[in-house]
Amino acid sequence: MSALVSHPPASPSPAMDPTRSFQGLLLTLQRFWAERGCVVLQPYDMEVGAGTFHPATTLRALGPKPWKAAYVQPSRRPKDGRYGENPNRLQHYYQFQVILKPSPPDLQQLYLDSLRAIGVDLGLHDVRFVEDDWESPTLGAWGLGWECWCDGMEVSQFTYFQQVAGVECAPVAGELTYGLERLAMYVQGVENVYDLNFNGLDGEDRISYGDVFLQAEQEYSRHNFEYANTEMLFRHFADAEAECKALLAAGEPAADANQPRHALALPAYDQCIKASHIFNLLDARGVISVTERQSYILRVRELAKACGAAWLKTAGGGAA
Amino acid sequence: MPDLLLELFSEEIPARMQRKAGEDLKKLVTDALVERGLLYEGAKAFVTPRRLALHVAGLPVRGRDVREERKGPRVGAPEAAIQGFLKAAGLNSLDQASIVSDPKKGDSYVAVIEKPGQETIQAIAEIVPAVIRSFPWPKSMRWGKASAAGGSLRWVRPLHSILCTFGAETEDTEIVPFEVDRLVSGNVTHGHRFHAPGPITVKRLEDYVASLEKAKVVLDADRRKEIILTDARNLAFAQGLDLVEDEGLLEEVAGLVEWPVVLMGQFEERFLDIPGEAIRATIRANQKCFVLRDPATGALANRFILVSNLMASDGGAAITAGNGRVVRARLSDAAYFWQTDRGALPDLETFRDSAEKLGLDLAKPLDQRMAKLDKLGVVFHARLGTQGERVQRIAALARELAPLVGADPEKAERAAKLAKADLPTEMVGEFPELQGLMGRKYAELQGEDASVAAAVEEHYKPLGPSDRVPSDPVSVAVALADKLDTLVGFWLIEEKPTGSKDPYALRRAALGVIRLVIENQVSLLLRKHLFQHVGRMPLIMEMTSTLEGATGRVLGNAGERPVIAADLLSFFHDRLKVMLRDQGARHDLVDAVLGEGASANDDLLLITRRVAALGRFLDTEDGRNLLAGYKRAANILKAEERKDGEGAFAGAPDLHLIADAGLIEEKALAVALAQATPKAEAAVAAEDYEGAMAALAEIRPAVDAFFDKVTVNDPDPALRANRLKLLNQLRQATRAVADFDRIAG
Repeated sequence: MSALVSHPPASPSPAMDPTRSFQGLLLTLQRFWAERGCVVLQPYDMEVGAGTFHPATTLRALGPKPWKAAYVQPSRRPKDGRYGENPNRLQHYYQFQVILKPSPPDLQQLYLDSLRAIGVDLGLHDVRFVEDDWESPTLGAWGLGWECWCDGMEVSQFTYFQQVAGVECAPVAGELTYGLERLAMYVQGVENVYDLNFNGLDGEDRISYGDVFLQAEQEYSRHNFEYANTEMLFRHFADAEAECKALLAAGEPAADANQPRHALALPAYDQCIKASHIFNLLDARGVISVTERQSYILRVRELAKACGAAWLKTAGGGAA
Repeated sequence: MPDLLLELFSEEIPARMQRKAGEDLKKLVTDALVERGLLYEGAKAFVTPRRLALHVAGLPVRGRDVREERKGPRVGAPEAAIQGFLKAAGLNSLDQASIVSDPKKGDSYVAVIEKPGQETIQAIAEIVPAVIRSFPWPKSMRWGKASAAGGSLRWVRPLHSILCTFGAETEDTEIVPFEVDRLVSGNVTHGHRFHAPGPITVKRLEDYVASLEKAKVVLDADRRKEIILTDARNLAFAQGLDLVEDEGLLEEVAGLVEWPVVLMGQFEERFLDIPGEAIRATIRANQKCFVLRDPATGALANRFILVSNLMASDGGAAITAGNGRVVRARLSDAAYFWQTDRGALPDLETFRDSAEKLGLDLAKPLDQRMAKLDKLGVVFHARLGTQGERVQRIAALARELAPLVGADPEKAERAAKLAKADLPTEMVGEFPELQGLMGRKYAELQGEDASVAAAVEEHYKPLGPSDRVPSDPVSVAVALADKLDTLVGFWLIEEKPTGSKDPYALRRAALGVIRLVIENQVSLLLRKHLFQHVGRMPLIMEMTSTLEGATGRVLGNAGERPVIAADLLSFFHDRLKVMLRDQGARHDLVDAVLGEGASANDDLLLITRRVAALGRFLDTEDGRNLLAGYKRAANILKAEERKDGEGAFAGAPDLHLIADAGLIEEKALAVALAQATPKAEAAVAAEDYEGAMAALAEIRPAVDAFFDKVTVNDPDPALRANRLKLLNQLRQATRAVADFDRIAG
């Protein structure tokens, strides 16, 4: 019988200091929330506009079951592309998302502790909670909360969900969304996002955010504003919408109890996410008029609502 | 006399809701106290981002005892009545009631019910939870575990603790005991989130305010404002700069901090190329910072004032640097917008048909934006078509009005076509409050005529009773066209303002038209233009189903146009009265000068001139007496016409009869009328109201003398009729100038 060799915990590498590397910041936040009971998930494998779209937030916020999760979500906002020329705007960026259901009484304090963990000295920096009521017309969701400001910069969004997919949240979940690039710029003291140190190393080993993403920003800006095939996108929107509805109908609980719960809520919701992203691309291409815009938003919202209703008929949504 | 201290400690309350919340708390609690007969000496509410507090001074320890007498049935009434009385009065037997004697009704029972006054502390323990549960937040929320069940407490943000003490100045205070959704009242609060988060035990207002101050919380919002303003001015002064003061921003910023620390930041001078309004808008809206001005040039300086909530260990260096970084990022955005808006749009070809339709030059950036606005079909109002259609209507109307206001029709049309072109620009998309202003800047940059560029900005004006009225004729033409289009459109679809509801600000638009016309001395026969403009509106079919089937009607069809125009005109008259009343002028004179003729009621400038002239006349001795004489004549005529029939005294009086049998005063009046009436009519026709009034003034001595000496109702029927005819002529003469019946007093 060989003795199990227990390694001493690796001393944290200086490269992983959250104030030195982008990935160090990300890992610190993951660890912080893991230690507070969250399941740490990986990004959802679809194009979304924000971490909120991840089913771990949208769907899990519904129903009575307690839920704690944290994850990074790459987020795409086609309209925010600036061809890599703006030091602060990106059409692809990372959000760190925390969802706690029900919202704990000390959520503000937990949030401030997490800032401390990533190296924000609260005796030196002016952290403020500034009113920002959150509303997602496409998700049929709203909540009350704040933008969290650090020295005048919005670094996080703090929301008490009141309604998601048109359904009242009971209990209410607290959602924290950290803008990782902004926070990293802050703690690294960098003025241009592309100058962020990604891996915390120096000299020729140093990888910057620009090394990783600048080319992508340029190419996707071109795509989003100039080249995305709008005819195809209109078609895909219609396809995703139709598929979502078809899946929702096919998965409906059957009266004969062979299928007591909804069977296809998650795949249906994927199609809703898809429709939403396609709409964002069409919007960036400027081919949707204001009147049409409203009707597209409404169509996505109808899908989101139907998916939320289906989710409540699943085990995850608390259905018996 | 004991005082009440209440504090509701929560997560951050939105700044814009704080002041009203303080007022509501004070009103709700004190109203409820007064309703229970608990009068107080004074009350004051306080509010910070994290607490809503109320102090009520000089309350009684307990309410007054209440003695109530309840009348019962007469002695010897049936048993059922007696029992009913006992039950209602809460008595066990008749022994507890007394008997009163009445000489008429005999003896009857009376119950005397004495209720001891409620302890005030008990009343507060009932009042406060009720106020918390029904607090009128504009938006409220649920939170935490409790929100799993229905009916959980709602507050603006999670409510953490309630402090509620009651007691006299000289004694220890008591905690007012109550519970709201598992929150138990206490006497503990907390200081500044970062400087003094520990618990603080509180007795009453004095130590509450002092302890909070020590714990880096300035409780009074007005004091926070004062600190911010003073420090900001001093910091600016030290740099030789002026603070651009902003009351709305100050109020908001004071609601974002418990302990204001004012600092000054800086940005690169190159950003000063961006229009100052845009710099101010971004720094204000996004960063909630104040901008500074160089007093020598009046231009913005590359500094800003920020208000933080922290006495930082480095004296604020990191905070200032951080804010500077964000401001720079925002200004980079603004610079990007400023640059993009001046460049060509992609997909230009797709806007070609819109450009042709509107006569736009696609080589120019602002023209491109207008073409895009049209192409995108941005809706102005669901029933009134797109912005593109609206711009075409405004352009046509502006062109039509141009000669009347002394503007070049080409320029007016061009300005109208560019007036809304800045709506799809990046800058206006980001800062809607810059609409018009950015349009003007872009128009200037693409070499538009100065009047055209000015009109792009000024056509929105005046925005309210105190806003400046444009005077450049091109601006006046487009401003009138813009407002008239809005009014005609909403009149057409019958969305007129009602009571306090005026979602499309139509009253403001009408007032704008009135001020544009009056202050620029524009003579405009409105009815014709309103009438014609209805014809430019989209065809709207309204279907009505009846038993016989559906019938359709085109809104604003030929038959309806005069009605719409007339109704809108009377709306203008109403707004004119309101405006005159607000100016302290005699608004009752508007109705008096509105006549039947075409020009008499649709030329607003003419109407106001007549009102002014009439007002001045009525302020003179002649005017007052003539009005009195007129009223007397009119009353007599009315009374006599009732006997002889309407119109019995029409026609000219028999001058021979007056000459033969009339009194000398009668003759004088006839002569005066014969001379003055044509003069007055001629003056009115020449729009010379002073002259018309002067003509009327000439009649006055004759009128006075007539009533002094002549008996109208002479026994001789011929004389009587003739005198009444004379009075009727007097009435006619004044009517040529104004309807004196409609003048008050």
